Amino acid sequence: MKLSGAQILIECLKREGVKVVFGYPGGVNLPIFDVLYDEKEIEFILCRHEQGGGHMAEGYARATGKPGVLLVTSGPGATNTVTAIVDAYMDSTPMVILTGQVPTQMIGNDAFQEADVVGITRPCTKYNMLVKDVNDLAQAIKEAFYIASSGRPGPVLVDLPKDVMLAKTEFKYPETVSVRSYSPILKGNRWQIKQAAEEIAKARRPVIYAGGGVLHSGAWQELLDLAEMTQFPVTLTLMGLGAFPGQHPLFLGMLGMHGTYCANMAMHDADLIVAVGSRFDDRVTGKTASFAPNARIVHIDIDPTSIHKNIKVHVPIVGDVKIVLRELNEVLRTSGTGSAVRCQEWMDQIENWKIEHPLSYDQGDSILKPQYVIEKIYEMTQGNAVITTDVGQHQMWAAQFYKFNHPRTFINSGGLGTMGYGLPAAIGAQMANRDSRVVCISGDGSVIMNIQELVTAVVYNLNIKVAIINNKYLGMVRQWQQLFYKGRYSSSFMGDSTDFVKLAEAFGAVGLRATKFGEVESVLEEAFRVTGPVVMDFQVDPYENCYPMIPAGAGHHEMVFKDPEAIDQKNSIKEEDAEGVLTA
Amino acid sequence: MQHIISVLVENKFGVLARVSGLFSGRGFNIDSLSVGPTLDPTTSMMTIVTAGDDRIIEQITKQLNKLVDVIRVVDLTDKEYVERETALIKIRAQGEDRSEALRIVDIFRARVVDSTPSTYTIEISGDPKKIGAIVNLLKPLGIKEFICTGRIAIPREEAKAVAVREEGIPLPVKDRRSHLV
Repeated sequence: MKLSGAQILIECLKREGVKVVFGYPGGVNLPIFDVLYDEKEIEFILCRHEQGGGHMAEGYARATGKPGVLLVTSGPGATNTVTAIVDAYMDSTPMVILTGQVPTQMIGNDAFQEADVVGITRPCTKYNMLVKDVNDLAQAIKEAFYIASSGRPGPVLVDLPKDVMLAKTEFKYPETVSVRSYSPILKGNRWQIKQAAEEIAKARRPVIYAGGGVLHSGAWQELLDLAEMTQFPVTLTLMGLGAFPGQHPLFLGMLGMHGTYCANMAMHDADLIVAVGSRFDDRVTGKTASFAPNARIVHIDIDPTSIHKNIKVHVPIVGDVKIVLRELNEVLRTSGTGSAVRCQEWMDQIENWKIEHPLSYDQGDSILKPQYVIEKIYEMTQGNAVITTDVGQHQMWAAQFYKFNHPRTFINSGGLGTMGYGLPAAIGAQMANRDSRVVCISGDGSVIMNIQELVTAVVYNLNIKVAIINNKYLGMVRQWQQLFYKGRYSSSFMGDSTDFVKLAEAFGAVGLRATKFGEVESVLEEAFRVTGPVVMDFQVDPYENCYPMIPAGAGHHEMVFKDPEAIDQKNSIKEEDAEGVLTA
Repeated sequence: MQHIISVLVENKFGVLARVSGLFSGRGFNIDSLSVGPTLDPTTSMMTIVTAGDDRIIEQITKQLNKLVDVIRVVDLTDKEYVERETALIKIRAQGEDRSEALRIVDIFRARVVDSTPSTYTIEISGDPKKIGAIVNLLKPLGIKEFICTGRIAIPREEAKAVAVREEGIPLPVKDRRSHLV
């Protein structure tokens, strides 16, 4: 039987196991929506802006590990998704974006709602393609899912002209897929793995530095095995949080710009760094010239371009983290990890660092501190929630004060730093599992950037809770202006004209507010009691800063812990160091 | 340092844009680029001349390898290879200059492909040094127009299968994946 392109597309999605599609209709993708109208197996979630839809697909992918699927129309529909696509590309989030396109004979004619979407997204997708012939469609969709979810995952865009969606052909589903110019390396080089094991067996000041790759590869058990077998301390990147239990005694906390003192000092003084599925991002390394001056570095990563990109490493292993760690653990099991005694001095030192500068804040008894809100959310969810965040101070506080004990429970925009990510990502995460407790921790600046998705949450009666850490400023921008621009708060004041409670109610959600720290618990209790979306406005200290901090351009050992005077004396922060940095 | 890199790619629309976009997007330089078909109509061969320190060249070869439509990347620089470019040079040639021009053409084994009473157009093929040398000799006669192809290169037989090496470890060449970094 002959099927139309639109029918073939939906059939292919079902064969790929797609349960949810996010998106927005428009002129040229109507044939697809017409097929979706009768579709029972795929649930379609109508976003209110295509960027929001994109972040929903990302949230879904992050919560499940499977590609999120986004279906939008041509022109503005497609261009609106670009931020989400770049975001997914930076954070290696698997995603398949299906964009409508004007009919093939009109491509290039500046037709209504035409944009060169394949051209626009070429540098920010893992791969993209324009399907010009309905006979190529099934193969294209198969390849899109394969490329998006294998190797280092990423977004793949398929541009679908309207006439291709209407054209009919015999449907033949390609059961297997192979792309001759694409075959990710999964198995690590044996000799290199042996080298790594030898480094591990003789290290005296080791640290494991793991990132988002552990989550993508599903290697958290292997990471735990490695750490427990070697008794090496573990630090995680922002994208890696949840890959190692947050309350494990070997856990040092997050590292990097707003990481813990002990994690950064351990990196700086280490004699061996085992980097696992992490890419030595500038927010992690600080000044590369003073990064871990005495360390040998083992780097396990599926992407060869990540190796030696920012930091020269000594034992590179290209491969899938899970497969490599399994093999490494096996080698260590037979060859031995050396004596744990030789690291005792190091572990004592780390313990001292933990005590010297723990994460801290002073709640006091009047004005509400943002960190307190995060701690309360952790307490009341017992660490069993999926947390999404936006970008800025609240994101860093969430990373610091919420202890992520389970993988795929911390969903945020790391590489691109996209404000407006959190709320739609929470919707995506909730669609991944309708029973999970999903909390979006956001800021008053960020949440507004995609506030329209509150409509989506209400329409589908999703049980997400949005906690706005409202400090009336773009907090991280304000912090940088305070520290590096002499307190000249240029355009960072957001004001308090928005009544978030009324706004929530106008959208059909529940709005709650806490202005004192004594009210936090009751607000959270009420929010969790209610079914459906709730927006909580936590009015916090506008001048609270996010510490500790490695100023841009400084090294791991040059952390600062307190506000201005202390920093001025240290004289280690210069204005030019702040260049090129807007939000954390 | 200048490197000459052969890149075997899928012969599809948009591939050149992917490769050139990679260079511009990451701030790498392209000194010259030439693309042509291979004997297999589904693939094309690009020869890219680029410059950078070891770290940059390593990133370039790895990033090229990472592109989905790239089948194989070989850095020919440290290997034995033959390289050629072709130039067309239109010179002023009147009176005695005409025989001087022909002498130069003869020395370089170039040839005249177009002639008018006042000009010659000369075709020359060779490595960049040879082309530079003939240009220097022709300059005094007066060069009216000059155009040169990008370089193409092919490894000499014994060096053919050697992939990019660094610290004794083969770099990612897609048909040698199991030996990867």
